[in-house]
Amino acid sequence: MPEVISLKDVTKVYDLGTLKTQVLFDINLAFEQGSFNSIIGQSGSGKSTLMNIIGTLDRPTSGQVTISGKRTDGMSKNELATLRNRTIGFVFQFHYLLPEFTALENVMMPYWIRDGGRSHQTQDRAEQLLDLVGLSKVKNNLATQMSGGQQQRTAIARALCNDPRIILADEPTGNLDSESSEIVYKLFRQINEQMGTTFLIVTHNRKIAEQTDRIVEIRDGRIFTDVRR
Amino acid sequence: MLPLKIALRFLASNKGQTILIIIGIAIGVSVQVFVGSLIGSLQKNIIDRTIGNSAHITIASATDYPLMFEWQDIVDEIVVLEGIQSVSVAADSAAFIDYAGNTAPVLFRGLDLEPAEGIYGLSEAIYEGSLPDQHWQVAVGKELREELGLRLDDTFSVVTSNASRYDVTVAGFYDLGIASVNSAWVISSLETAQDIFAFEDAVTSIEIQVEDVFEADTIALTIEHTLSNRGIEVTNWEDQNGELLSGLQAQSISSYMIQTFVLVSVVIAIASILAIKVVQKSRQLGILKAMGITDWAASQIFLLEGFFLGLGGAIIGVGIGLLLLLGFSFGSRNPDGSDLLTLYLDFRFIALSGVVAVLAATMAAVLPARKSSRLSPIEVIRNA
Repeated sequence: MPEVISLKDVTKVYDLGTLKTQVLFDINLAFEQGSFNSIIGQSGSGKSTLMNIIGTLDRPTSGQVTISGKRTDGMSKNELATLRNRTIGFVFQFHYLLPEFTALENVMMPYWIRDGGRSHQTQDRAEQLLDLVGLSKVKNNLATQMSGGQQQRTAIARALCNDPRIILADEPTGNLDSESSEIVYKLFRQINEQMGTTFLIVTHNRKIAEQTDRIVEIRDGRIFTDVRR
Repeated sequence: MLPLKIALRFLASNKGQTILIIIGIAIGVSVQVFVGSLIGSLQKNIIDRTIGNSAHITIASATDYPLMFEWQDIVDEIVVLEGIQSVSVAADSAAFIDYAGNTAPVLFRGLDLEPAEGIYGLSEAIYEGSLPDQHWQVAVGKELREELGLRLDDTFSVVTSNASRYDVTVAGFYDLGIASVNSAWVISSLETAQDIFAFEDAVTSIEIQVEDVFEADTIALTIEHTLSNRGIEVTNWEDQNGELLSGLQAQSISSYMIQTFVLVSVVIAIASILAIKVVQKSRQLGILKAMGITDWAASQIFLLEGFFLGLGGAIIGVGIGLLLLLGFSFGSRNPDGSDLLTLYLDFRFIALSGVVAVLAATMAAVLPARKSSRLSPIEVIRNA
């Protein structure tokens, strides 16, 4: 399978005036289209920074990041925004739904950002996605009227809205009980198998990572192990 | 349009805050509308009272000999000038009147009654009888009438400075609202005055109304220039009321200052509340940016919020301002029931106050909008 994410000699240095902290050292890493991967590491290991760089939310100090065949180092902020909107779906630990909008509207948000308009097709697709994550009944609830697990499943449906090639999940179950966590993982697997979406799940929980096909462990800003199963 | 949708949702989701800001803007706008309209009306009233019964520009002889014989030429030259509303002539002279043994000094004024109407509003001022429309008829003011005990169709004598004596008949009584005028002026047609004082065809002054009263001094200069070397003197109301004008100007400045400071405080209030709002909504903005909303769209959200807050505040504020003015006009009356102050509503000024408030509120949102534009999604995600 072709590579959908590739990092070449990526370093990241945080420059705090007199104090310079290097958090990533020469990372070379690639993920194939349709693969199901995890990145693990202690907090402070640099895995979240790596995740933000892969997600184009942050720029590396040096090195190249190529997403879906496009090099990102020369892109403007707006070009990066468009790339994220079309190519990457984000799922965060704290789900970050917009509490002013209903579940259905939250799911359609990436499409609205992309297109600005509202079409029946999108609404149908958003409803299908909410159905997929088992939330058809609460689709018109505001985000604040749903449980944590429901909110995270809404966020997953939202991440899928623009049919992205990549889903980046940063501690997606960190805030959920074990039952909800199990549901979320089953969903990820199902989506991966059905839609061929590439998954990259950042976690500090080894037990969760062990359910994925490839585990990349980051330690002190370097790739410590890279295990495929 | 997504920023619009988000802006409206943000405003609706925080109703208390939204209402509070709109009330704040509304109070500011209503103060502007009220104070501005009140001071504007006050000035208009003062000016009306000052120049309501006098010519804006007067042309008279510059020498001791008061008569102007070639007045028709002068009038012809003036009427074509820009900004002139009406031109009339007068034949004035001091005289005594004698009625049944009572004498009184008066200013006998022969007016070209039709054009002079524009200056003095005589036909409206006549409260009994009518304007003199025949030779040897006069109109007498209210105070003079009371002093002498005159009645309609009474006849009295006019005694000139060279002791000639002519009899005139009272055609009507006027009240121009100023006691000193009412007790001094005896008004007749131009011809009557010319015959009594042996002016032949001459007049003693040419009186001019201009379209914009504050242009009187400029137009007076133009007239002076046009009529140079004719031995005439041009005076205008602005030169004669310098102190009043500087008083009015000071009043205008204080009015502008009040309005400016109200505006500034409204802008600061909106800017600070919206800045807080950006922080409150930073999670939402962060995720929107992660999902690919552009920085410009993110800043539009707050510009639109500012715009809508301004719009709501302006509409309500103009409403409150008009209500205040209505209350003022009911609440402030002279003891006799007449208006203390005639209110003039300058709708252009009121609309301008509203538009300025909307613009100011949108401008106040510029800094918060920039803050929103600069906000980086990782800051939000990292600081969860």
